[in-house]
Amino acid sequence: MKNAGEGLTYLGLRLATYSVVLVIGYILADIIWHGIPALSWEFLSGPPRQSGAAGGILPAIVGTFYLVSGTLLVALPLGIGGALYLSEYATRNRLTMAIRLAISTLAGVPSIVFGLFGLGLFVIFCNFGASILAGALTLACMVLPTIIVACEEALLAVPQGLRSSSLALGATKWQAIRTNVLPYSLPGMLTGTILAIGRAAGETAPILLTAAAFFLPRLPGSIFDQVMALPYHLYILATQHPEAEKVRPMQYATALVLLLLVLGITMGATILRSRFRKKYRW
Amino acid sequence: MVNDTPKIQVHDLNFFYGATQALFNITMDIPPRRVTALIGPSGCGKSTFLRTMDRMNDIIDGARMTGEVLIDGNNIYAPGTDVVRLRRNVGMVFQKSNPFPKSIFDNVAYGPRIHGVKKQAELVEIVQRSLTRAALWDEVKDRLPENAMGLSGGQQQRLCIARALAVDPEILLMDEPASALDPKSTARVEELIGELRDQYTIVIVTHNMQQAARVSDLTAFFYEGRLIEFDRTKRIYTNPAKKQTEDYITGRFG
Ligand SMILES: Nc1ncnc2c1ncn2[C@@H]1O[C@H](COP(=O)(O)OP(=O)(O)O)[C@@H](O)[C@H]1O
Ligand SMILES: [Mg+2]
Repeated sequence: MKNAGEGLTYLGLRLATYSVVLVIGYILADIIWHGIPALSWEFLSGPPRQSGAAGGILPAIVGTFYLVSGTLLVALPLGIGGALYLSEYATRNRLTMAIRLAISTLAGVPSIVFGLFGLGLFVIFCNFGASILAGALTLACMVLPTIIVACEEALLAVPQGLRSSSLALGATKWQAIRTNVLPYSLPGMLTGTILAIGRAAGETAPILLTAAAFFLPRLPGSIFDQVMALPYHLYILATQHPEAEKVRPMQYATALVLLLLVLGITMGATILRSRFRKKYRW
Repeated sequence: MVNDTPKIQVHDLNFFYGATQALFNITMDIPPRRVTALIGPSGCGKSTFLRTMDRMNDIIDGARMTGEVLIDGNNIYAPGTDVVRLRRNVGMVFQKSNPFPKSIFDNVAYGPRIHGVKKQAELVEIVQRSLTRAALWDEVKDRLPENAMGLSGGQQQRLCIARALAVDPEILLMDEPASALDPKSTARVEELIGELRDQYTIVIVTHNMQQAARVSDLTAFFYEGRLIEFDRTKRIYTNPAKKQTEDYITGRFG
Protein backbone atom coordinates (compact mmCIF):
# COMPACT_ATOMS: atom_id res chain seq x y z
CA MET A 1 0.00 0.00 0.00
CA LYS A 2 2.70 2.38 1.06
CA ASN A 3 4.81 1.32 -1.91
CA ALA A 4 1.99 1.90 -4.35
CA GLY A 5 1.49 5.43 -2.99
CA GLU A 6 5.15 6.15 -3.26
CA GLY A 7 5.30 4.84 -6.80
CA LEU A 8 2.39 7.06 -7.78
CA THR A 9 4.02 10.14 -6.26
CA TYR A 10 7.22 9.32 -8.05
CA LEU A 11 5.39 8.92 -11.35
CA GLY A 12 3.62 12.24 -10.83
CA LEU A 13 6.87 14.05 -10.15
CA ARG A 14 8.44 12.44 -13.16
CA LEU A 15 5.59 13.47 -15.42
CA ALA A 16 5.78 17.02 -14.12
CA THR A 17 9.49 17.16 -14.91
CA TYR A 18 9.02 15.65 -18.34
CA SER A 19 6.27 18.07 -19.27
CA VAL A 20 8.46 21.06 -18.35
CA VAL A 21 11.36 19.65 -20.34
CA LEU A 22 9.02 18.91 -23.23
CA VAL A 23 7.65 22.44 -23.40
CA ILE A 24 11.10 24.01 -23.22
CA GLY A 25 12.44 21.50 -25.71
CA TYR A 26 9.63 22.32 -28.12
CA ILE A 27 10.26 26.07 -27.86
CA LEU A 28 13.99 25.60 -28.36
CA ALA A 29 13.55 23.24 -31.28
CA ASP A 30 11.07 25.58 -32.93
CA ILE A 31 13.41 28.56 -32.60
CA ILE A 32 16.45 26.64 -33.78
CA TRP A 33 14.58 24.99 -36.65
CA HIS A 34 13.22 28.25 -38.01
CA GLY A 35 16.11 30.44 -36.95
CA ILE A 36 19.08 28.67 -38.48
CA PRO A 37 18.06 29.11 -42.13
CA ALA A 38 17.91 32.89 -41.68
CA LEU A 39 21.24 33.05 -39.85
CA SER A 40 24.07 34.25 -42.03
CA TRP A 41 27.24 36.23 -41.70
CA GLU A 42 25.51 39.18 -43.28
CA PHE A 43 22.70 38.91 -40.73
CA LEU A 44 25.13 38.94 -37.81
CA SER A 45 27.46 41.61 -39.12
CA GLY A 46 25.25 43.98 -41.09
CA PRO A 47 22.88 46.82 -40.24
CA PRO A 48 19.14 46.34 -40.66
CA ARG A 49 17.49 47.62 -43.84
CA GLN A 50 13.87 48.38 -44.76
CA SER A 51 13.04 48.93 -41.08
CA GLY A 52 14.21 45.45 -40.19
CA ALA A 53 12.65 43.52 -43.04
CA ALA A 54 16.07 42.88 -44.52
CA GLY A 55 19.71 43.23 -43.62
CA GLY A 56 21.20 42.25 -40.28
CA ILE A 57 21.05 42.91 -36.56
CA LEU A 58 24.59 44.00 -35.73
CA PRO A 59 23.48 47.29 -34.08
CA ALA A 60 21.12 45.35 -31.84
CA ILE A 61 23.84 42.86 -30.87
CA VAL A 62 26.27 45.65 -30.14
CA GLY A 63 23.60 47.63 -28.29
CA THR A 64 22.72 44.70 -26.04
CA PHE A 65 26.41 44.07 -25.46
CA TYR A 66 26.92 47.69 -24.37
CA LEU A 67 23.85 47.65 -22.14
CA VAL A 68 24.92 44.42 -20.48
CA SER A 69 28.51 45.60 -19.96
CA GLY A 70 27.31 48.91 -18.57
CA THR A 71 24.97 47.09 -16.20
CA LEU A 72 27.81 44.85 -15.02
CA LEU A 73 30.09 47.81 -14.49
CA VAL A 74 27.51 49.63 -12.36
CA ALA A 75 25.84 46.73 -10.57
CA LEU A 76 28.84 44.63 -9.60
CA PRO A 77 30.65 47.18 -7.40
CA LEU A 78 27.36 48.42 -5.92
CA GLY A 79 26.21 44.85 -5.28
CA ILE A 80 29.47 43.83 -3.65
CA GLY A 81 29.52 47.01 -1.60
CA GLY A 82 25.94 46.55 -0.44
CA ALA A 83 26.49 42.90 0.42
CA LEU A 84 29.71 43.68 2.29
CA TYR A 85 27.93 46.32 4.32
CA LEU A 86 24.94 44.14 5.12
CA SER A 87 26.73 40.93 5.97
CA GLU A 88 30.09 42.08 7.33
CA TYR A 89 29.57 45.49 8.89
CA ALA A 90 25.93 46.22 9.68
CA THR A 91 24.52 45.08 12.99
CA ARG A 92 21.00 43.75 13.15
CA ASN A 93 18.78 46.72 13.83
CA ARG A 94 15.65 48.41 12.50
CA LEU A 95 17.51 50.15 9.69
CA THR A 96 19.21 47.06 8.30
CA MET A 97 16.00 45.09 8.66
CA ALA A 98 14.23 47.78 6.62
CA ILE A 99 17.00 47.62 4.02
CA ARG A 100 16.66 43.87 3.74
CA LEU A 101 12.91 44.14 3.39
CA ALA A 102 13.36 46.76 0.69
CA ILE A 103 15.79 44.53 -1.18
CA SER A 104 13.49 41.52 -1.22
CA THR A 105 10.56 43.73 -2.21
CA LEU A 106 12.53 45.33 -5.02
CA ALA A 107 13.47 41.90 -6.33
CA GLY A 108 9.79 41.28 -6.95
CA VAL A 109 8.92 44.58 -8.64
CA PRO A 110 7.83 44.14 -12.28
CA SER A 111 10.43 45.23 -14.78
CA ILE A 112 8.17 47.81 -16.44
CA VAL A 113 8.07 49.67 -13.13
CA PHE A 114 11.85 49.86 -13.21
CA GLY A 115 11.55 51.09 -16.79
CA LEU A 116 9.25 53.93 -15.74
CA PHE A 117 11.49 54.70 -12.76
CA GLY A 118 14.49 54.88 -15.09
CA LEU A 119 12.57 57.13 -17.44
CA GLY A 120 11.73 59.49 -14.61
CA LEU A 121 15.11 59.51 -12.88
CA PHE A 122 17.79 58.93 -15.48
CA VAL A 123 16.20 60.00 -18.76
CA ILE A 124 14.29 63.05 -17.60
CA PHE A 125 15.56 64.19 -14.21
CA CYS A 126 19.28 63.48 -14.80
CA ASN A 127 18.77 64.54 -18.39
CA PHE A 128 20.71 61.61 -19.86
CA GLY A 129 18.00 61.19 -22.49
CA ALA A 130 17.18 57.75 -23.83
CA SER A 131 20.72 56.38 -23.92
CA ILE A 132 23.03 53.50 -23.13
CA LEU A 133 23.82 55.21 -19.84
CA ALA A 134 20.19 55.55 -18.77
CA GLY A 135 19.38 52.00 -19.93
CA ALA A 136 22.35 50.43 -18.15
CA LEU A 137 21.58 52.32 -14.95
CA THR A 138 17.95 51.21 -15.12
CA LEU A 139 18.93 47.59 -15.71
CA ALA A 140 21.43 47.87 -12.86
CA CYS A 141 18.68 49.03 -10.49
CA MET A 142 16.58 46.11 -11.58
CA VAL A 143 19.23 43.42 -11.02
CA LEU A 144 20.82 44.97 -7.95
CA PRO A 145 18.60 43.19 -5.38
CA THR A 146 19.38 39.81 -6.92
CA ILE A 147 23.06 40.64 -7.08
CA ILE A 148 23.20 41.77 -3.46
CA VAL A 149 21.57 38.54 -2.33
CA ALA A 150 23.96 36.46 -4.46
CA CYS A 151 26.97 38.37 -3.14
CA GLU A 152 25.78 37.95 0.43
CA GLU A 153 25.49 34.21 -0.10
CA ALA A 154 29.01 34.14 -1.48
CA LEU A 155 30.25 35.99 1.61
CA LEU A 156 28.38 33.66 3.95
CA ALA A 157 29.99 30.66 2.27
CA VAL A 158 33.40 31.78 3.53
CA PRO A 159 33.95 30.06 6.90
CA GLN A 160 33.66 32.34 9.91
CA GLY A 161 36.95 30.93 11.21
CA LEU A 162 38.91 32.72 8.49
CA ARG A 163 37.60 36.06 9.70
CA SER A 164 38.24 35.42 13.38
CA SER A 165 41.70 33.96 12.72
CA SER A 166 42.67 37.04 10.76
CA LEU A 167 41.35 39.35 13.46
CA ALA A 168 43.10 37.32 16.15
CA LEU A 169 46.38 37.88 14.32
CA GLY A 170 45.84 41.61 14.60
CA ALA A 171 44.22 42.30 11.24
CA THR A 172 41.77 45.17 11.07
CA LYS A 173 38.30 44.26 9.92
CA TRP A 174 38.98 45.56 6.43
CA GLN A 175 42.31 43.74 6.22
CA ALA A 176 40.59 40.51 7.22
CA ILE A 177 37.91 41.01 4.58
CA ARG A 178 40.33 42.06 1.86
CA THR A 179 42.80 39.23 2.40
CA ASN A 180 40.69 36.36 3.64
CA VAL A 181 37.08 36.91 2.65
CA LEU A 182 36.88 38.76 -0.66
CA PRO A 183 39.36 36.57 -2.59
CA TYR A 184 37.37 33.46 -1.77
CA SER A 185 33.94 34.95 -2.32
CA LEU A 186 34.71 36.91 -5.48
CA PRO A 187 34.16 33.97 -7.86
CA GLY A 188 30.75 33.32 -6.30
CA MET A 189 29.87 36.99 -6.45
CA LEU A 190 30.90 37.22 -10.07
CA THR A 191 28.92 34.12 -11.00
CA GLY A 192 25.77 35.31 -9.24
CA THR A 193 26.10 38.71 -10.85
CA ILE A 194 26.63 37.33 -14.34
CA LEU A 195 23.63 35.02 -13.98
CA ALA A 196 21.45 37.94 -12.91
CA ILE A 197 22.71 40.05 -15.78
CA GLY A 198 22.13 37.21 -18.20
CA ARG A 199 18.47 37.44 -17.36
CA ALA A 200 18.54 41.20 -17.69
CA ALA A 201 20.01 40.89 -21.18
CA GLY A 202 16.71 39.50 -22.39
CA GLU A 203 14.47 42.12 -20.75
CA THR A 204 12.54 44.54 -22.91
CA ALA A 205 10.50 46.60 -20.49
CA PRO A 206 13.33 48.36 -18.60
CA ILE A 207 15.04 49.56 -21.78
CA LEU A 208 11.87 50.28 -23.71
CA LEU A 209 11.65 53.82 -22.34
CA THR A 210 15.24 54.42 -21.35
CA ALA A 211 17.59 53.22 -24.09
CA ALA A 212 16.13 51.30 -26.97
CA ALA A 213 15.78 52.74 -30.43
CA PHE A 214 13.13 51.49 -32.80
CA PHE A 215 15.38 51.58 -35.84
CA LEU A 216 18.94 52.90 -35.77
CA PRO A 217 21.11 51.25 -38.36
CA ARG A 218 24.38 52.86 -37.22
CA LEU A 219 26.48 51.78 -34.25
CA PRO A 220 26.42 53.90 -31.07
CA GLY A 221 29.23 56.41 -30.70
CA SER A 222 28.97 57.30 -27.01
CA ILE A 223 27.15 56.28 -23.85
CA PHE A 224 24.69 59.10 -24.47
CA ASP A 225 23.50 57.49 -27.71
CA GLN A 226 20.33 55.55 -28.07
CA VAL A 227 20.84 51.96 -29.16
CA MET A 228 18.99 49.08 -30.69
CA ALA A 229 18.77 46.02 -28.47
CA LEU A 230 18.01 42.39 -29.25
CA PRO A 231 14.90 41.86 -27.11
CA TYR A 232 13.35 45.14 -28.20
CA HIS A 233 14.19 44.50 -31.84
CA LEU A 234 12.52 41.13 -31.55
CA TYR A 235 9.45 42.70 -30.00
CA ILE A 236 9.26 45.24 -32.83
CA LEU A 237 9.68 42.60 -35.52
CA ALA A 238 7.09 40.33 -33.98
CA THR A 239 4.37 42.79 -33.07
CA GLN A 240 4.98 46.24 -34.48
CA HIS A 241 6.21 45.51 -37.96
CA PRO A 242 3.70 46.28 -40.75
CA GLU A 243 4.66 43.05 -42.48
CA ALA A 244 5.03 40.73 -39.51
CA GLU A 245 4.46 37.62 -41.64
CA LYS A 246 7.16 38.54 -44.12
CA VAL A 247 9.82 39.14 -41.47
CA ARG A 248 9.09 35.85 -39.69
CA PRO A 249 12.53 34.36 -40.50
CA MET A 250 14.20 37.49 -39.13
CA GLN A 251 12.21 37.12 -35.91
CA TYR A 252 13.34 33.54 -35.48
CA ALA A 253 16.95 34.33 -36.23
CA THR A 254 16.93 37.26 -33.81
CA ALA A 255 15.36 35.07 -31.11
CA LEU A 256 18.02 32.46 -31.73
CA VAL A 257 20.85 34.98 -31.38
CA LEU A 258 19.35 36.34 -28.15
CA LEU A 259 18.93 32.83 -26.84
CA LEU A 260 22.51 31.88 -27.67
CA LEU A 261 23.76 35.06 -26.04
CA VAL A 262 21.88 34.42 -22.78
CA LEU A 263 22.84 30.75 -22.86
CA GLY A 264 26.48 31.70 -23.41
CA ILE A 265 26.45 34.08 -20.45
CA THR A 266 24.78 31.51 -18.20
CA MET A 267 27.09 28.73 -19.24
CA GLY A 268 30.15 30.90 -18.81
CA ALA A 269 29.06 31.73 -15.26
CA THR A 270 28.34 28.10 -14.45
CA ILE A 271 31.72 26.94 -15.73
CA LEU A 272 33.42 29.70 -13.76
CA ARG A 273 31.61 28.56 -10.63
CA SER A 274 32.47 24.89 -10.93
CA ARG A 275 36.11 25.77 -11.63
CA PHE A 276 36.33 27.72 -8.38
CA ARG A 277 34.28 25.22 -6.40
CA LYS A 278 37.03 22.73 -7.10
CA LYS A 279 39.70 25.19 -6.12
CA TYR A 280 38.42 26.12 -2.67
CA ARG A 281 37.18 23.36 -0.49
CA TRP A 282 37.00 23.93 3.22
CA MET B 1 55.27 31.37 41.28
CA VAL B 2 52.65 33.18 43.27
CA ASN B 3 55.31 35.84 43.86
CA ASP B 4 55.61 36.73 40.16
CA THR B 5 53.98 39.96 39.07
CA PRO B 6 50.88 38.73 37.25
CA LYS B 7 50.87 38.94 33.46
CA ILE B 8 47.12 39.10 33.20
CA GLN B 9 44.88 40.44 35.95
CA VAL B 10 41.14 40.07 35.82
CA HIS B 11 39.07 42.16 38.22
CA ASP B 12 35.44 41.53 38.94
CA LEU B 13 34.53 40.57 35.40
CA ASN B 14 30.89 40.12 34.43
CA PHE B 15 29.96 39.15 30.92
CA PHE B 16 26.59 39.22 29.15
CA TYR B 17 25.27 37.89 25.86
CA GLY B 18 22.29 40.19 25.48
CA ALA B 19 20.25 39.60 28.63
CA THR B 20 21.94 36.32 29.63
CA GLN B 21 24.89 36.57 31.92
CA ALA B 22 27.70 34.17 31.01
CA LEU B 23 30.37 35.15 33.55
CA PHE B 24 29.92 36.27 37.14
CA ASN B 25 32.42 38.32 39.16
CA ILE B 26 35.58 36.67 37.91
CA THR B 27 38.74 37.82 39.64
CA MET B 28 41.96 36.05 38.87
CA ASP B 29 45.70 36.71 38.37
CA ILE B 30 47.51 34.76 35.69
CA PRO B 31 51.29 34.53 36.15
CA PRO B 32 53.80 35.01 33.31
CA ARG B 33 55.53 32.11 31.55
CA ARG B 34 53.29 29.45 32.99
CA VAL B 35 50.57 27.29 31.54
CA THR B 36 47.20 28.04 33.06
CA ALA B 37 44.41 25.60 32.27
CA LEU B 38 40.72 26.50 32.34
CA ILE B 39 38.53 23.49 33.01
CA GLY B 40 34.85 22.97 33.63
CA PRO B 41 31.77 21.44 32.03
CA SER B 42 30.81 22.59 28.55
CA GLY B 43 28.87 25.87 28.56
CA CYS B 44 30.40 27.12 31.81
CA GLY B 45 32.02 30.12 30.10
CA LYS B 46 35.64 29.02 29.51
CA SER B 47 35.73 30.18 25.89
CA THR B 48 33.97 33.40 26.71
CA PHE B 49 36.48 34.11 29.44
CA LEU B 50 39.40 33.30 27.16
CA ARG B 51 38.08 35.68 24.50
CA THR B 52 37.90 38.58 26.94
CA MET B 53 41.70 38.50 27.06
CA ASP B 54 42.21 39.44 23.41
CA ARG B 55 38.90 41.25 22.99
CA MET B 56 37.61 38.74 20.47
CA ASN B 57 34.22 39.15 22.13
CA ASP B 58 34.07 42.63 20.63
CA ILE B 59 32.90 41.17 17.35
CA ILE B 60 29.89 39.43 18.88
CA ASP B 61 26.65 41.38 18.47
CA GLY B 62 24.98 42.27 21.75
CA ALA B 63 27.89 41.19 23.98
CA ARG B 64 28.63 43.42 26.94
CA MET B 65 30.93 43.28 29.93
CA THR B 66 31.82 45.05 33.15
CA GLY B 67 35.02 44.84 35.15
CA GLU B 68 38.64 45.01 34.06
CA VAL B 69 41.23 42.93 32.29
CA LEU B 70 44.79 44.17 32.73
CA ILE B 71 47.78 42.96 30.78
CA ASP B 72 51.12 44.09 32.21
CA GLY B 73 49.11 46.47 34.35
CA ASN B 74 47.25 48.16 31.47
CA ASN B 75 43.49 47.87 31.18
CA ILE B 76 42.90 46.48 27.70
CA TYR B 77 39.33 47.79 27.76
CA ALA B 78 40.38 51.36 28.46
CA PRO B 79 39.12 53.81 25.82
CA GLY B 80 41.74 54.36 23.14
CA THR B 81 43.27 50.90 23.47
CA ASP B 82 44.85 49.78 20.20
CA VAL B 83 43.09 46.45 19.64
CA VAL B 84 45.39 45.56 16.75
CA ARG B 85 48.44 45.94 18.99
CA LEU B 86 46.72 44.01 21.74
CA ARG B 87 46.01 41.09 19.43
CA ARG B 88 49.60 41.06 18.21
CA ASN B 89 50.64 40.64 21.78
CA VAL B 90 47.99 38.05 22.56
CA GLY B 91 47.84 35.18 20.08
CA MET B 92 44.89 32.85 19.83
CA VAL B 93 44.57 29.25 18.66
CA PHE B 94 41.04 28.05 18.04
CA GLN B 95 39.37 24.75 18.68
CA LYS B 96 38.80 24.06 15.02
CA SER B 97 42.08 24.44 13.21
CA ASN B 98 41.42 26.91 10.46
CA PRO B 99 44.38 27.47 8.20
CA PHE B 100 43.83 30.00 5.45
CA PRO B 101 43.38 28.33 2.06
CA LYS B 102 46.77 29.67 1.04
CA SER B 103 50.25 28.21 0.93
CA ILE B 104 51.92 27.05 4.14
CA PHE B 105 54.36 29.92 3.80
CA ASP B 106 51.64 32.54 3.29
CA ASN B 107 49.74 31.24 6.31
CA VAL B 108 52.65 31.85 8.64
CA ALA B 109 53.67 35.07 6.88
CA TYR B 110 50.12 36.44 7.10
CA GLY B 111 50.51 38.18 10.45
CA PRO B 112 53.93 39.72 9.78
CA ARG B 113 52.72 40.91 6.37
CA ILE B 114 49.65 42.73 7.67
CA HIS B 115 51.88 44.31 10.27
CA GLY B 116 54.09 45.72 7.55
CA VAL B 117 56.99 43.28 7.10
CA LYS B 118 57.76 43.44 3.38
CA LYS B 119 61.29 42.10 2.92
CA GLN B 120 61.21 38.54 1.65
CA ALA B 121 64.38 37.56 3.54
CA GLU B 122 62.86 38.73 6.80
CA LEU B 123 59.62 36.85 6.10
CA VAL B 124 61.54 33.69 5.26
CA GLU B 125 63.39 33.99 8.53
CA ILE B 126 60.20 34.55 10.54
CA VAL B 127 58.42 31.66 8.83
CA GLN B 128 61.27 29.26 9.52
CA ARG B 129 61.60 30.36 13.15
CA SER B 130 57.85 30.11 13.82
CA LEU B 131 57.48 26.71 12.17
CA THR B 132 60.48 25.45 14.10
CA ARG B 133 59.03 26.66 17.37
CA ALA B 134 55.74 25.01 16.51
CA ALA B 135 57.61 21.73 15.87
CA LEU B 136 56.44 21.61 12.29
CA TRP B 137 59.47 22.77 10.32
CA ASP B 138 60.94 19.36 9.59
CA GLU B 139 57.64 18.07 8.27
CA VAL B 140 56.89 20.95 5.94
CA LYS B 141 60.20 22.56 5.02
CA ASP B 142 60.11 21.02 1.53
CA ARG B 143 56.50 21.92 0.82
CA LEU B 144 56.14 25.53 1.93
CA PRO B 145 54.46 26.62 -1.35
CA GLU B 146 51.80 23.91 -1.04
CA ASN B 147 48.29 24.69 0.08
CA ALA B 148 47.90 24.37 3.84
CA MET B 149 44.55 22.62 3.44
CA GLY B 150 46.51 19.55 2.35
CA LEU B 151 48.10 19.09 5.77
CA SER B 152 46.77 16.56 8.28
CA GLY B 153 44.56 17.78 11.12
CA GLY B 154 47.37 17.71 13.65
CA GLN B 155 49.73 19.51 11.29
CA GLN B 156 47.05 22.12 10.56
CA GLN B 157 46.69 22.84 14.25
CA ARG B 158 50.45 23.21 14.70
CA LEU B 159 50.46 25.45 11.64
CA CYS B 160 47.87 27.64 13.37
CA ILE B 161 50.15 27.76 16.40
CA ALA B 162 53.09 28.72 14.16
CA ARG B 163 50.92 31.38 12.54
CA ALA B 164 50.10 32.81 15.96
CA LEU B 165 53.77 32.72 17.03
CA ALA B 166 54.84 34.56 13.87
CA VAL B 167 53.56 37.90 15.17
CA ASP B 168 55.71 37.41 18.27
CA PRO B 169 53.10 37.45 21.03
CA GLU B 170 53.87 37.18 24.72
CA ILE B 171 50.59 35.51 25.55
CA LEU B 172 49.07 32.52 23.81
CA LEU B 173 45.41 31.67 24.28
CA MET B 174 44.32 28.20 23.21
CA ASP B 175 40.71 27.09 23.09
CA GLU B 176 40.61 23.29 23.20
CA PRO B 177 43.45 23.11 20.68
CA ALA B 178 43.54 19.32 20.64
CA SER B 179 39.89 18.38 20.99
CA ALA B 180 39.50 17.57 17.30
CA LEU B 181 42.75 15.64 17.01
CA ASP B 182 43.66 11.96 17.21
CA PRO B 183 45.64 10.80 20.27
CA LYS B 184 48.99 10.94 18.51
CA SER B 185 48.52 14.49 17.25
CA THR B 186 47.17 15.45 20.66
CA ALA B 187 50.34 14.17 22.29
CA ARG B 188 52.35 16.18 19.79
CA VAL B 189 50.47 19.38 20.59
CA GLU B 190 50.80 18.77 24.32
CA GLU B 191 54.52 18.23 23.91
CA LEU B 192 54.70 21.49 22.00
CA ILE B 193 52.91 23.35 24.79
CA GLY B 194 55.54 21.99 27.15
CA GLU B 195 58.26 23.42 24.92
CA LEU B 196 56.59 26.84 24.68
CA ARG B 197 55.91 27.27 28.38
CA ASP B 198 59.23 28.98 29.19
CA GLN B 199 58.79 31.74 26.64
CA TYR B 200 55.05 32.39 26.64
CA THR B 201 52.23 32.95 29.03
CA ILE B 202 49.80 30.25 27.95
CA VAL B 203 46.14 30.02 28.85
CA ILE B 204 44.53 26.84 27.60
CA VAL B 205 40.91 25.75 27.70
CA THR B 206 40.33 22.07 27.84
CA HIS B 207 37.54 19.80 28.93
CA ASN B 208 40.00 16.94 29.08
CA MET B 209 41.11 16.81 32.70
CA GLN B 210 44.03 14.48 32.10
CA GLN B 211 45.28 16.95 29.55
CA ALA B 212 44.99 19.83 31.98
CA ALA B 213 46.87 17.75 34.55
CA ARG B 214 49.61 16.93 32.05
CA VAL B 215 50.30 20.33 30.54
CA SER B 216 49.45 22.99 33.09
CA ASP B 217 51.08 24.60 36.09
CA LEU B 218 47.86 26.18 37.33
CA THR B 219 44.28 25.16 36.90
CA ALA B 220 41.11 27.21 37.18
CA PHE B 221 37.82 25.40 37.58
CA PHE B 222 34.76 27.15 36.20
CA TYR B 223 31.19 26.19 36.86
CA GLU B 224 28.09 27.93 35.53
CA GLY B 225 29.94 31.13 34.77
CA ARG B 226 31.73 31.35 38.10
CA LEU B 227 35.34 30.73 39.00
CA ILE B 228 35.05 28.08 41.66
CA GLU B 229 38.68 27.40 42.38
CA PHE B 230 42.07 28.47 41.05
CA ASP B 231 45.29 26.93 42.30
CA ARG B 232 48.37 24.95 41.40
CA THR B 233 47.36 22.09 39.18
CA LYS B 234 48.88 19.54 41.54
CA ARG B 235 46.82 20.83 44.38
CA ILE B 236 43.59 21.01 42.39
CA TYR B 237 43.99 17.39 41.43
CA THR B 238 45.15 16.01 44.75
CA ASN B 239 43.55 18.16 47.33
CA PRO B 240 40.91 20.59 46.01
CA ALA B 241 39.49 23.07 48.47
CA LYS B 242 35.94 23.02 47.13
CA LYS B 243 33.52 20.14 47.01
CA GLN B 244 32.34 21.10 43.51
CA THR B 245 35.87 20.91 42.18
CA GLU B 246 36.37 17.53 43.71
CA ASP B 247 33.10 16.25 42.28
CA TYR B 248 34.08 17.43 38.83
CA ILE B 249 37.63 16.05 39.01
CA THR B 250 36.46 12.69 40.22
CA GLY B 251 33.95 12.61 37.42
CA ARG B 252 30.78 12.84 39.43
CA PHE B 253 29.34 15.32 36.89
CA GLY B 254 30.23 17.17 33.69
N1 LIG C 1 27.97 34.09 20.69
C1 LIG C 1 27.17 33.76 21.72
N2 LIG C 1 25.94 34.30 21.81
C2 LIG C 1 25.12 33.98 22.84
N3 LIG C 1 25.43 33.12 23.81
C3 LIG C 1 26.64 32.55 23.78
C4 LIG C 1 27.57 32.83 22.73
N4 LIG C 1 28.69 32.11 22.94
C5 LIG C 1 28.47 31.41 24.08
N5 LIG C 1 27.24 31.67 24.59
C6 LIG C 1 26.66 31.10 25.83
O1 LIG C 1 27.48 31.46 26.91
C7 LIG C 1 27.68 30.36 27.77
C8 LIG C 1 29.17 30.06 27.90
O2 LIG C 1 29.64 29.60 26.65
P1 LIG C 1 31.15 29.26 26.38
O3 LIG C 1 31.98 30.37 26.86
O4 LIG C 1 31.28 28.88 24.96
O5 LIG C 1 31.36 27.98 27.31
P2 LIG C 1 32.48 26.84 27.25
O6 LIG C 1 33.59 27.30 26.37
O7 LIG C 1 32.88 26.65 28.67
O8 LIG C 1 31.81 25.62 26.73
C9 LIG C 1 26.89 29.21 27.21
O9 LIG C 1 25.66 29.15 27.89
C10 LIG C 1 26.66 29.59 25.78
O10 LIG C 1 25.45 29.10 25.31
MG1 LIG D 1 34.27 26.44 24.54
